[in-house]
Amino acid sequence: MIQYILRRLLQIIPVFIGTTLLVYFMVFALPGDPIRALFGDRPPSEAVIAQLRQQYNLDQPFWVQYGLFLKNLFTFNLGVDFTGQPIAASLGRIFPVTVMLAVEALIIQTVFGVTFGLIAGLRKGKIFDATVLVASLVVIAIPTFVLGFVLQLLIGVQLGWAKPTVGANADWGNLILPATVLGLVSFAYVLRLTRASVIENMNADYVRTATAKGLSRPRVVVTHILRNSMIPVITYLGASLGGLMGGAIVTESIFNVPGVGQKLFQAVIRSEGPTVVAIVSVLVLVFVIANLLVDLLYAWLDPRIRYEN
Amino acid sequence: MTTADVRISEADLADKPLLEIRDLAISFKTGSGEVQAVRNAHLTIMPGETVAIVGESGSGKSTTALAAIGLLPANGRVSGGQILLDGEDISHAPEKRMIELRGNTIGMVPQDPMSNLNPVWKIGYQVKETLRANGRPSGPADVAKVLAQAGLPDAERRAKQYPHEFSGGMRQRALIAIGLSCQPRLLIADEPTSALDVTVQRQILDHLETMTAELGTAVLLITHDLGLAAERADKVVVMYRGQVVEAGPSLELLQNPQHPYTQRLVASAPSLASRRIQVAKELGVESDELLAPGTTPRGAVVVEPTMTEDVLQIQNLKKVFKLRSGFGKSTDFTAVDDVSFSVKRGTTTAIVGESGSGKSTVAQMVLNLLQPTSGKIVFDGVDTSTLNNKEIFAFRRRVQPIFQDPYGSLDPMYNIFRTIEEPLRTHKIGDKASREKKVRELLDQVALPQSTMQRYPNELSGGQRQRVAIARALALDPEVIICDEAVSALDVLVQAQVLNLLAELQSRLGLTYLFITHDLAVVRQIADHVCVMEKGKLVETGSTDEVFDAPQRDYTKALLNAIPGARLMLPPEVA
Repeated sequence: MIQYILRRLLQIIPVFIGTTLLVYFMVFALPGDPIRALFGDRPPSEAVIAQLRQQYNLDQPFWVQYGLFLKNLFTFNLGVDFTGQPIAASLGRIFPVTVMLAVEALIIQTVFGVTFGLIAGLRKGKIFDATVLVASLVVIAIPTFVLGFVLQLLIGVQLGWAKPTVGANADWGNLILPATVLGLVSFAYVLRLTRASVIENMNADYVRTATAKGLSRPRVVVTHILRNSMIPVITYLGASLGGLMGGAIVTESIFNVPGVGQKLFQAVIRSEGPTVVAIVSVLVLVFVIANLLVDLLYAWLDPRIRYEN
Repeated sequence: MTTADVRISEADLADKPLLEIRDLAISFKTGSGEVQAVRNAHLTIMPGETVAIVGESGSGKSTTALAAIGLLPANGRVSGGQILLDGEDISHAPEKRMIELRGNTIGMVPQDPMSNLNPVWKIGYQVKETLRANGRPSGPADVAKVLAQAGLPDAERRAKQYPHEFSGGMRQRALIAIGLSCQPRLLIADEPTSALDVTVQRQILDHLETMTAELGTAVLLITHDLGLAAERADKVVVMYRGQVVEAGPSLELLQNPQHPYTQRLVASAPSLASRRIQVAKELGVESDELLAPGTTPRGAVVVEPTMTEDVLQIQNLKKVFKLRSGFGKSTDFTAVDDVSFSVKRGTTTAIVGESGSGKSTVAQMVLNLLQPTSGKIVFDGVDTSTLNNKEIFAFRRRVQPIFQDPYGSLDPMYNIFRTIEEPLRTHKIGDKASREKKVRELLDQVALPQSTMQRYPNELSGGQRQRVAIARALALDPEVIICDEAVSALDVLVQAQVLNLLAELQSRLGLTYLFITHDLAVVRQIADHVCVMEKGKLVETGSTDEVFDAPQRDYTKALLNAIPGARLMLPPEVA
């Protein structure tokens, strides 16, 4: 088992180099000059531009730039962005916020998705099931920005139950609204996956045998239906964690959350290679580790899956 | 009811039925309304007694048993009658009452050991939760004791393993342990061994019998095998299309079946057939000719000279599989080890053995679907390994397979005409009109109406599908047909029909069969020669009569002894 985990961790290295190289190249290949773009309509003197180019190594060929980036990375020196702030410091500011947001969203979608999915599955074809299915379809169909603005207006502004915007001081409490919006979309999928899986397992022979043993209904449901139904759901949750971390640009903008999504978006607009690659590198790590955790959870959920050699 | 009536003495208890099913009716809600699955079912089980319900699939036998433990599927309900347990009607008892009864008073051993244990929990836990739910001590020692009683060796260590680490027989023992762990007064055993090899089946049933006798447990045994039922039960109840058609003490019912269905069942029960053929031969019964022409002299159905020619010779056949064991290492597994035998034209040779004995691997090599590691297969004088692609194509035309699963071996998207016509088209035989004529002839030969041509596999029953598979195999006028467990998945009566059909086709067309099966009872009915395989080796070979009447090896004897009903003596006039 430990061998398996080590091997998986070692796999991170080629994945990491591959993704950063790709992202670095894409930023490099973006049309336009990032330095000129920075100054807009009032271009500075050629000397200033040349000096800035040299400062950010933009006068070097691609391979040298990438090599310097890697070297800096391994010496834990991520450099400064175009506004002169150290990249490491801004990553330290934005990532905790995004992690909080993502975890909160993940909890919301898991708790509600699994609970509703389980009940709907157990009551297949009844009113609750039908209602939840239609409702989840509606949620899936509404785009995030519509959902975001509506909830912001309704719950944040008119009812005043939660803070409509987050601002600089993000904490679990004032992130509840963006986390809900973020979680709602995946919630619908988690619900449907759980429901389908429960319906499949509900009719399994071992569930009937468990009932025949004299177990109470709640025990049968929890130990024999729910646990066996979690495998596809866990897969989806693991994959969605990555999405929650990196893809929350719309939600973060609506609720003014100073997180990764916003920062990444700005950096891409400005062709800020080092910032983009630094953020993406961390996201890659999150993805790889989240997937490793999912695989380990698999083995715990289903002992037939064993990771040896 | 006065208090005096409530106190029941031991003697009284023995006189009163433990379970009484009266006028039971069960219906299922389906897309097209309510369907009656069981009607007017009657059944009485006295304490400590074993009663068997016998019937084919769909006869309502399992449904009746499930109703007794309150486990009908969600769309089923008891629509009439009573299920009396110690006089208490539990047919509509609230779920709470049923939870009290299950495990403690009524236990169950389900049919398929592969799917009835939850794969994600350790065996020990699955026993433990049963004990706990029924308020019994459930420590590790108690769990181990329960498992050990069910005949699981090394129970303490085994309890820590998961179901996938158990063989089928061991899983069934674990399920028996669970079923009997709370010492119920009634055990419902639903085909408890039908998924297992005969020898394992016998061990398990013997053990179940001993255990229930010790505990004084009454058993409701559900089975499709009349021989097994008669051997294991005090009373037999025969169900047919949802109704109890006959019931009575086992031997009496076997010897003197009243209902026409029971009579047919007795006549074609494969487990009793070993006697039947013997008797038939002695009496020189005409119907004997329906069975394969064999070594014993009888009516000249087949042209004599062809019978001496070896159509198939298997010489020192060996197959080694490489099993991956990680890090690029591999261990060798010898599936077939130095097997030699020959098959005479126009006869039937059976290869028997338990699962894992290598018999199907031999069949696959004979079909040229798998390359032997060493050894030769000589078909009609030619070593099949020397054939080029074109010759293999021609070879396939002469050697055709029929596989076990009539559900899996027919393409569900092809109608029957296309299924049977396909080999003709592949081998570019005839034009459209002549192919259609041929398909019609083939359907006649396998006794299917020509209207079947336009239907699809899912519209046919298992027996009809297997007839289609036979028709497809016959389409190219092959000389040899390899039947890999071709009748194992069929109900007994259907099985008998298909076996008769195969025998009839053999005598008419001079076919040669290589019959792969685990079922010795079937072998007795169809084969002229028997090859017994154990762990990849051929341990015994001879004519069917020799092997059955005087088996040389202990393994063969064990296999023969394990045929359910083999110990039952039937008077000839019944058979």
